[in-house]
Amino acid sequence: MPPRAPKRKSAPPNSLSVTSSDGSSVSSKAKTKGFVRIDRMFDSYANSSLGMIDPDGIEAFCSDLGVDCTDVRILMLAWKLKAQRQGYFTQDEWRTGLKELRVDSISKLKKALPELEKEVGKPSNYDNFYSYAFRYCLTEEMQKSVDIESICELLNLVLGAQFRPQVDLLIEYLKVQSDYKVINLDQWINFLRFCQEINFPDLENYDATQAWPLILDNFVDWMREKHSSF
Amino acid sequence: MNRKIIGLEEGLGYMQDGITKIERILEGRPEPPFNSEEYMKLYTTIYNMCLQTPPDDHTQQLYDKYRQAIQGYITSTVLPSIRAKHDEFMLKELVKRWANHKVMLRWLSHLFYYLDRHLIACRSLPSLKEVGLLYFRDLVYRDVHVKVRDAVITLIDKEREGEQVDRALLKNVLDFFVEIGMGQMNRYEEDFEAHMLQDTGAYYSRKASNWILEDSCPDYMLKSEECLKKERDRVGHYLHSSSETKLSERAQHELLVTHVNQLLDKEHSGCRVLLRDDKVEDLSRMYRLYSKIPLGLKLVADIFKQHITAEGIALVQQAEDAASSKASNAAAGVQEQVLIRKIIELHDKYVEYVTDCFENHALFHKALEEAFEVVCNETVAGSSSAELLTTFCDNVLKKSGSEKLSDEAIEETLEKVVKLLAYISDKDLFAEFYRKRLARRLLFDRSANDDRERSILTKLKQQRGGQFTSKMEGMVTDLTLARENQANFEDYLRSNSAARPGIDLTVTVLTTGFWPSYKSSDLNLPAEMVKCVEVFKGFYETKTKHRKLTWIYSLGTCHISGKFEQKTIELIVSTYQAAVLLLFNASDRLSYSEIMAQLNLTHDDLVRLLHSLSCAKYQILSKEPNTKTISQSDYFKFNSKFTDKLRRIKIPLPPVDERKQVVDDVGKQRRYAIDAAIVRVMKSRKVLGYQQLVSECVEQLSRMFKPDIKAIKKQIEDLITREYLERDKENANMFKYLA
Repeated sequence: MPPRAPKRKSAPPNSLSVTSSDGSSVSSKAKTKGFVRIDRMFDSYANSSLGMIDPDGIEAFCSDLGVDCTDVRILMLAWKLKAQRQGYFTQDEWRTGLKELRVDSISKLKKALPELEKEVGKPSNYDNFYSYAFRYCLTEEMQKSVDIESICELLNLVLGAQFRPQVDLLIEYLKVQSDYKVINLDQWINFLRFCQEINFPDLENYDATQAWPLILDNFVDWMREKHSSF
Repeated sequence: MNRKIIGLEEGLGYMQDGITKIERILEGRPEPPFNSEEYMKLYTTIYNMCLQTPPDDHTQQLYDKYRQAIQGYITSTVLPSIRAKHDEFMLKELVKRWANHKVMLRWLSHLFYYLDRHLIACRSLPSLKEVGLLYFRDLVYRDVHVKVRDAVITLIDKEREGEQVDRALLKNVLDFFVEIGMGQMNRYEEDFEAHMLQDTGAYYSRKASNWILEDSCPDYMLKSEECLKKERDRVGHYLHSSSETKLSERAQHELLVTHVNQLLDKEHSGCRVLLRDDKVEDLSRMYRLYSKIPLGLKLVADIFKQHITAEGIALVQQAEDAASSKASNAAAGVQEQVLIRKIIELHDKYVEYVTDCFENHALFHKALEEAFEVVCNETVAGSSSAELLTTFCDNVLKKSGSEKLSDEAIEETLEKVVKLLAYISDKDLFAEFYRKRLARRLLFDRSANDDRERSILTKLKQQRGGQFTSKMEGMVTDLTLARENQANFEDYLRSNSAARPGIDLTVTVLTTGFWPSYKSSDLNLPAEMVKCVEVFKGFYETKTKHRKLTWIYSLGTCHISGKFEQKTIELIVSTYQAAVLLLFNASDRLSYSEIMAQLNLTHDDLVRLLHSLSCAKYQILSKEPNTKTISQSDYFKFNSKFTDKLRRIKIPLPPVDERKQVVDDVGKQRRYAIDAAIVRVMKSRKVLGYQQLVSECVEQLSRMFKPDIKAIKKQIEDLITREYLERDKENANMFKYLA
């Protein structure tokens, strides 16, 4: 976590966390003050039996925020919170994230969204966010790849705004091809590299003799065939 | 010591006399030669004068006198006499004068020996001889060398045109050029050789331009060979040896390099045509001429390669056309046999070319190799070359093979087959097909000769390594062991009264790893056979409890007695066919579906079986309706009316097309092989760029097959998913091995 300037009446860095009998962690008195509103926010959306915010809670949260659940900004928020599990936020994640964003209310959070977008867009962060987006989809234990359907949605969400033409064609291709039923992280990462490095739509500088994943070689062949049939 | 002092005038006078006498002798004037007395007197005079001390020391003047005399003689007599003549006559005069000059200098050096010694010792002046030569050079040579050179070159060109010239004269003139350099070759090289070479170049350039238009390739080559030989002779006869290389190169360049493309590509007589018409002598000449010219030789080698490739492809095309023409359905296999034979012949023919015409040069070996690599990887009528080659081997090795040859011829043929294998890129495909055919030969006792089987395996082992043949060798060994095992089984039966199979049973146990994969069947065995299996299992368990037996009925053979109305005939059938027939012991008439249900077979298998028993050459079963194909609504009856003139017949069952399975199996093996190769390379290199990784894998795998680059890429991705490799974060074209 990048170091941040201490807030007003900030808590000392090493606060104690005591687990109470019902499983929720309670901070020491010194820290409580800074987290009161954040915690209250958390509780308002959390599923009390689980002790964390579940998909229903997230839906409610999004609606309050005035942002669609499928909006990329929610994904960015998840990244900021370092959320481990898709559709869920734990209290720690919530606290750490919102503290980082320096928000403790819906309205403040709403205002902080544009800044969050900018932060994600920074070259030093973007790769991290992009990989995170993939890993966020790995819901099963030991899962290493994501199915085509979900990848297409993810591509649209994450890269759609910036690389619309590439994304549209790539999604079309992924749906018609049958060589691959799932996509792994390496392929995912190379999708971004492809969009960033390769000229579109002429694909002039694509060199299949380099280490591009096979699926992109096939995509380029498919693209070239498509174009030549005009 | 009191010696009479010799005065300067006196001394000079003596010297002049001596010199004049020599000049007159050399001029051919009537002049008596030196007698001893005169010689002694002159010599001693000079000697004494050299010892005189000042003021009588006149050595310097003597020296000067000498110099003047030489100079004078050259200027007044020698040079004019040469200038007065022209062409060949001038050359003759020059040669004469030069010879004379050398003689004169020698005599004078002897006469005035002490002067020479004395001067050189004291004052480091050039010796009398050197002075003399220098004068000749500076006064004569400088003046006439251009004309001399031109005269020489004219004579050389005359000789080239076929005229006789005075070679001795030329030699003398050229020796003069060398000698006048006084230890250096620069006079010869700059004043003569350079111009001679240029003239040579121009001469052959003219000739070549004419010949290339008018002459055929062989004729042109003959002329060129002649010319080059003559030029070499020229060096032997009069040019200085140092000119040989330069002269050859210059002539060669004009004759062979300038017009090389026109020459080789001549429409009716060029290299291609010579190859087509088997003009061995002309081709040998072509090789000889171009053997020192790498660029030219490469062109010849390329044409050679193209020619062989074209011939090979034509053979393949012939076979393809014959195979696809309707008439040859039965003869389909024959065409492929013929093709392999023809390819072997083609190979033999051109190997001879490489050894005979092209003197085993590496370029031509390579050309041959590359040509055959193209030819031997063509497909014919859907069969890959690997498959064709195994079919060919099968025919050579089996009893009923179409190749009826002597043992020696067979050995030779097998050798050649193994050599051809080197050109086939899918060697693993060959190995797999070979195993399949070998299995059939061994199990159905079709192999002509055990020794031959072992022989080809030995040859394959030598060429491709032990790993290539280990499974095949295992198969052959299994058969040998099986025979032993059978003997043990029979002993067991004799000593074990409870174990009664009821039928004569022979079992061959195959070691799984060696043999091709066979699908085990779910066939419902007839009761008689079930007992056999049980009994054998009992026996086998006495030998070992650690092995599992899987029965492959599709490979079995059965001898069944068919009690037909006319006579009993022994039928040799496959186990499956026997199972079908035995059903008719219990039922008279059976439907297709009943048979299927009782035996638990697939439709494909059943159709094949029933067809072989009811619609083929021998109709053991009669079919309702009596059509030529099997349908699921057919009914079958035992055909009691069947008969044949033989007492024992074999009912053939056409084999299933194995091609698809072989190709699939090999495909799987390749995936493993690629995977293993990538891991091996990355484990040792730890970090490697993509292209290098691919090229190292291709190299490692090339012994067995040519891997598809896409397949390698796919495996790399697979290994990334399995976390053996990862892509470098900075450089997307670099991979790291994850320990």
